[in-house]
Amino acid sequence: MLTQTLKTIPIEHYIYLSSILFAIGVLGVLIRRNAIIIFMSIELMLNAVTLLLAAFSTYRSDAAGQVFVFFIMVVAAAEVAVGLAIIVMIFRNIKSIDINLLNKLKW
Amino acid sequence: MIQNAWLIPIFPLIGFIILGLGNNKISKTLAGIIASCAVLASFIIGISILPGFLNGETKATTINLFDWINAGAMHISFSFLIDQLSLLMILIITGVGFLIHIYSIGYMHDDEGFNRFFAYLNLFVFSMLLLVMGSNYVIMFIGWEGVGLCSYLLIGFWFKNQDYNDAAKKAFIMNRIGDLGFLLGIFLIYQTFHSVSFAEVFEGAKGFSSGDTIIVAITLLLFVGAMGKSAQLPLYTWLPDAMAGPTPVSALIHAATMVTAGIYMIARSNILYTLAPMTQTVVLFVGLATAFFAATIGLFQNDIKKVLAYSTVSQLGYMFVALGVGGYTSAMFHLTTHAFFKALLFLGAGSVIHAMSGEQDIRKMGGLRKYLPITFMTFLIGTLAISGVPPFAGFFSKDEILALTIGPYANAIFIILSFTSVMTALYMFRLFFLTFYGTFRGTDAQQHHLHESPKTITIPLMVLALLSTVGGFLGMPAIMGKTHFLNNYLAPIFDFSNIKNEPVHPSEFAEYAIIIVAVVVLLGIILWGLNRYNKNQSVPPADDVKVSPIRNLIYHKYYIDEIYDAIIIKPLNGFGRMFNKVLENEIIDGMVNGIGKTVIWSGKTLRLVQTGAIGFYIFAMVAGIILILLYNLFMV
Repeated sequence: MLTQTLKTIPIEHYIYLSSILFAIGVLGVLIRRNAIIIFMSIELMLNAVTLLLAAFSTYRSDAAGQVFVFFIMVVAAAEVAVGLAIIVMIFRNIKSIDINLLNKLKW
Repeated sequence: MIQNAWLIPIFPLIGFIILGLGNNKISKTLAGIIASCAVLASFIIGISILPGFLNGETKATTINLFDWINAGAMHISFSFLIDQLSLLMILIITGVGFLIHIYSIGYMHDDEGFNRFFAYLNLFVFSMLLLVMGSNYVIMFIGWEGVGLCSYLLIGFWFKNQDYNDAAKKAFIMNRIGDLGFLLGIFLIYQTFHSVSFAEVFEGAKGFSSGDTIIVAITLLLFVGAMGKSAQLPLYTWLPDAMAGPTPVSALIHAATMVTAGIYMIARSNILYTLAPMTQTVVLFVGLATAFFAATIGLFQNDIKKVLAYSTVSQLGYMFVALGVGGYTSAMFHLTTHAFFKALLFLGAGSVIHAMSGEQDIRKMGGLRKYLPITFMTFLIGTLAISGVPPFAGFFSKDEILALTIGPYANAIFIILSFTSVMTALYMFRLFFLTFYGTFRGTDAQQHHLHESPKTITIPLMVLALLSTVGGFLGMPAIMGKTHFLNNYLAPIFDFSNIKNEPVHPSEFAEYAIIIVAVVVLLGIILWGLNRYNKNQSVPPADDVKVSPIRNLIYHKYYIDEIYDAIIIKPLNGFGRMFNKVLENEIIDGMVNGIGKTVIWSGKTLRLVQTGAIGFYIFAMVAGIILILLYNLFMV
């Protein structure tokens, strides 16, 4: 029943939404300097992909897509833990989380 | 017995290896003995084969050692051909070579490079034997190059003297020019006959008609090789300079053996040459020009070895004339007798130089017959032999060649050659009288030091003098009743050519006339020499005295070296310098350095991309991903 309800919304809408979310995420990564905001933007991109996977899974009546969604959520959780730890370490070292200060690895 | 013939070149090779490796660890005496015995052993094997050929029991034999080159359809075996011609050459090389080895023991006694000298000599004998024994053109070519190398090493034996090194390089480079012709000739032979072995090539050649273009081309190219090796115009200038080497080397390599390699090669290829009358004409005229030209230069030279060197060039010209008129036996006959008397003359000259403490200028000698009686007698025999006084060796061989030239070209060749013969006698007796008659003209120190050479030197001289005396009986002319021994002996080799060529037999009257005129003229020359150099004590003018322009021209060897320098060496040097400056320094160096510079420049520029700003990296990454996406969207 629920599937039928969901299918009343055309698939294109999900694709548009995901694309917009993904683009926002990319822009956030590109434009913002705060490491935490960038991190959040990355999460946004991940979730855009997850949403798309779930949508396709429903429309095609194939559970495999939703299995992948769970995988992504688990990996993302682990990644957040590691990423935040790195940010904490950066902050301890340079008393800032502005990524433009991290430019020592160059010629 | 003939199956052991492969041992002949092995002995000198072993000698070379022992002396070359042992160098300073072997005593001089032992080194001399090893080297001489190696050559003697080869000579003995050669002699042991001879009887079979003399009584006709042995036929030409090919001894196959191993398959050497197998590539596709090309099969070249490392094999020796033992027949009358190669055996004759083997006996000359090892026989005369052995005598010269003995001589060298005495001559080189005080030289610090004694062992090295003998190592080179043995290597030379080995290469020369390879040259004459090879059963195909490729083996011959190995020997051909080997003797060239030894010639180079021995001319520059006293390498501390830069002039000698230059002479060695000159000999090597001039030979190279000839070798290129020889090599191209071999290529053409392979292309035409699909084989390089003598047997197959000559068998195949018999199918060609006389004057076939390809045969003419092959023979001309081979002749270029012979011109280089046998010092013919225009490639002869290296031979007089080659006298820089020790005198035994001049005798062995630059008189008796190596320079005759060209004669041997043409005699060996006689079937090809007989089929190419045009080439024969070229050979004839080159030989004639060389014989005449070199003899005129010999008239005014003052260095005892230079006179003999030009005489060698001239005599080689004689042999080529004989080859050119199809008288292959006569050429081989003159080659044999020339090996005897020219080796004798060179060794005699060496003995004189030895006694004179290294002096080579005949203007500073004179009256030596009192001090060097054995050298005097043997040198006299050599002079008589080369001048063609009967019954010495040169008389028979030279008159045979002269007789062959009667007839064609309105006797012009005969006349020029006879005139050359007169000049030969002139310069030889001039040399002889200036050296051994008159009064001594050297320094007191030299006079005090004058002495007859040791036995190791005089014994080879006496043996060679004996050979120069009796060598002529190998080929008695028809009018003297005896059969021409050498002609019969070599007949199987020149069968085909003799049938094609129909050698001209001059009339009895003409032969007698030649002999009588020759004897009268020679007597006149001897009397003239005695009068001029013994009675009147005439001495050639010193270098700074002004002489007539023609004499000056000839004394300076027609300025041929200077002309070559101006028209070939200088322009080539100029080319070289130009190429060095433009091609080498600008283009090639520019390319190589340009690559390096480009890499450095691009590295410098590209490293600026590494800004260190993470935002930029991410932007680049996203831009890249978008580009890939777009590419996949629109292009694929």
